[in-house]
Amino acid sequence: MSNKPDNSIYSKPLIFSVIALVVILIGSVITAFYPLIRADMHPKLDNLHPYTPFELAGRDIYQREGCGYCHSQNVRPLKTDVLRYGAYSQAGESAYERPFLWGSRRTGPDLARAGGKYHDNWHTLHTLNPRHFSPKSNMPAYPWLENALLSPAAVEANVKAYGYINYSPADIQFLEGKTELAALTAYIQSLGRGVKKEGFGYRVGTVEDYKNFLAKGVRGTVDQGQGIYTNECAGCHGVDGKGSAQGKLSEGISTMNLKDAREMGYEAADMYVQIFNGLEQLMPPYGNVLSSEQIDSLILYIETLERR
Amino acid sequence: MNDTLYNNRTVEGFLLSSLVWGVFGIVFGLLISVQLWEPAFNFGPFLSYGRLRTLHISILAYGLGLGVIFGLFYFMLVRLTKRGLVFPRLARFHLWLWNIGVVVAGASLFLGFTQSLEYAEFEWPVDIVVVIIWVIFAVNIFASVFLREEKQMYVSLWYMLASVLAVAVLYLVNNIAIPAGLTKSYHIFSGINSANMEWWYGHNIVGFLLTTPILAMFYYFLPVSTKLPIYSHRLSIVAFWALVFTYLWTGAHHLVYTPLPDWIQTLGIVFSLILIAPSWGSVINGFFTIESDWSKLQENYLTKFFLAAITFYGLQTIQGPGQSVRVISGLVHYTDWVIGHVHMGTMGWVTMTATACMYYVFPKIYNTEIFSVKLANSHFWLVFIGQLMYSFTMWIAGIQQSVMLKQLNSDGTLANTFMDTLVAIYPFWILRTVAGLIFTVGMVIFILNIVLTIVKGRSLSQSRA
Repeated sequence: MSNKPDNSIYSKPLIFSVIALVVILIGSVITAFYPLIRADMHPKLDNLHPYTPFELAGRDIYQREGCGYCHSQNVRPLKTDVLRYGAYSQAGESAYERPFLWGSRRTGPDLARAGGKYHDNWHTLHTLNPRHFSPKSNMPAYPWLENALLSPAAVEANVKAYGYINYSPADIQFLEGKTELAALTAYIQSLGRGVKKEGFGYRVGTVEDYKNFLAKGVRGTVDQGQGIYTNECAGCHGVDGKGSAQGKLSEGISTMNLKDAREMGYEAADMYVQIFNGLEQLMPPYGNVLSSEQIDSLILYIETLERR
Repeated sequence: MNDTLYNNRTVEGFLLSSLVWGVFGIVFGLLISVQLWEPAFNFGPFLSYGRLRTLHISILAYGLGLGVIFGLFYFMLVRLTKRGLVFPRLARFHLWLWNIGVVVAGASLFLGFTQSLEYAEFEWPVDIVVVIIWVIFAVNIFASVFLREEKQMYVSLWYMLASVLAVAVLYLVNNIAIPAGLTKSYHIFSGINSANMEWWYGHNIVGFLLTTPILAMFYYFLPVSTKLPIYSHRLSIVAFWALVFTYLWTGAHHLVYTPLPDWIQTLGIVFSLILIAPSWGSVINGFFTIESDWSKLQENYLTKFFLAAITFYGLQTIQGPGQSVRVISGLVHYTDWVIGHVHMGTMGWVTMTATACMYYVFPKIYNTEIFSVKLANSHFWLVFIGQLMYSFTMWIAGIQQSVMLKQLNSDGTLANTFMDTLVAIYPFWILRTVAGLIFTVGMVIFILNIVLTIVKGRSLSQSRA
């Protein structure tokens, strides 16, 4: 390169521009364009299914409301990510994602494994009023989704453009009268569907584990239990432990009456197992998020509810 | 002044409209900063966080940012080519179409029409308008360069040409979509290719809108406003080619620890580290230019703007590559740390440079002096302090949350729920709003100073006439 003023490329704009364009394209071609034709960029999990039209409608709402700016959908292969969210994300599970919605910021928790973690009605109520379950949550409420109905014709146009989805006229008829809120819930419940819930991070708590914990002689405290209960449990089970059955949550599921749990025959160890493992589609597992001592604290606190 | 030669009205039109859009962008920024710690400040669908976040970024990048770029590029172009614009009326049309485009694009984001691709949210009808605007811009730039009176192209022109070309390639490729209607489309790329293409775009559109055009301004306005020649022409050449070559390899550092194949991630990381050298080529050039006569720092109030700007750029271009390294990415990615990083670039490097350039340009247009150097100095310190406070609170919040998310109990379970970690950073979010307010006061003073300069200039030209 010469910096003589008269005959260098800096006095020949056409040649300069062509060279600049080529220089710009080298990295682009190698890191962005060439991968398009590589097989390792087109993997697909064996048991992965495309979205249903109803779920895609929910995904469109997820995009429209900008959910992805606060909720990532990528569990990193880091230990604490796997413990918190579940199996780490694999390339093959994104085969039908257009565009990808992996996100770049976790103002809220990752949702890649959110499907089946909670009941549908939990999502309904949580979307309408996040602070019902988490009093200190900063998530906006989305009341306008409750009464907005899907337009089957618009969804069908979207499904056609999206590709991948084989659908029947019944799938489109099904959308008639469905709310945007229901569609959004259906989408969230589909997340992580193609991924096996196994391996590191999927430990199972047993009655023996609780006995082993008690044998160590260190107990939790009622105070600690109350703090955890208020933030994590009261939304469904009620502040008094009578089972919240509040609002929409009552329409499809009844939450356990913890106050009378003993009368119903549940021992402390049973509660430990339940809190640790959760129940698919009903209650999230807490085994990775709460220590045995914290779960014990919860049990101790729940026992104080019984005496009230 | 000779308006037909310098197209001052068009330049001024771009700069003043960019300030209007800037006010919108900053107000939206303040509002979403409050929404993060007080969700009651979400008002209905149009003013809820999920939509406003995109508006904040898009209006500042494509309203304030592009307006400043268009205006200052036209200003530099006629001086560096030593001839008037070849198509001045096209530039006038460019001004109007761009302003209409910002209105339409903003409205579409309010309504939730989005591709969900960061920095590429606009749906395809808006994309078409963007492409038309960019073609008009490119025609004007290239026509003036090809028909220039000054044989040698100055370094600012290289950065301009590279920016015009790179943005065109980036925007055209990543915005290819399958339309489902006027307001909805789906990315043509799917799965990990969608992610890879988006972040090749996302990283480089920031590079070729908020780095290279700002470097073009820096290389032009630093010497003309301080009367100091650029330290090394040879360094400019090396830094330019190394930068435009290396930049395009680095997008995948946004996808560290995702299912993107490791080789692409690693290329992204390695080239990010290499990118420190060309970035610092310009930093060193800036430092040594100012170093040749430190007295300018006292004599000329603009010198400190450029010094602060290039320092922020230097910090930014070390921090960025640092974040791309896997072990650091594992700590800071998905947290506020990155928000602090981005805002050091935009509120530090870009804003400092752009406002300094405008302080130079408006008095030139009106053949007068700036209304008040004192006001400009208070503007500088408010923006400077607001920016530092903003970034530091975000860096602390990011590390705080990340460490809490990774903390384990002795039995191997996670020590904190997600909500615990969120509650812990609310105080920092309140401080961030305060920082934003300080910055905003600085910007209001800046706008006031510019407006009063124009008022002064207009009354002067009337009395002269």
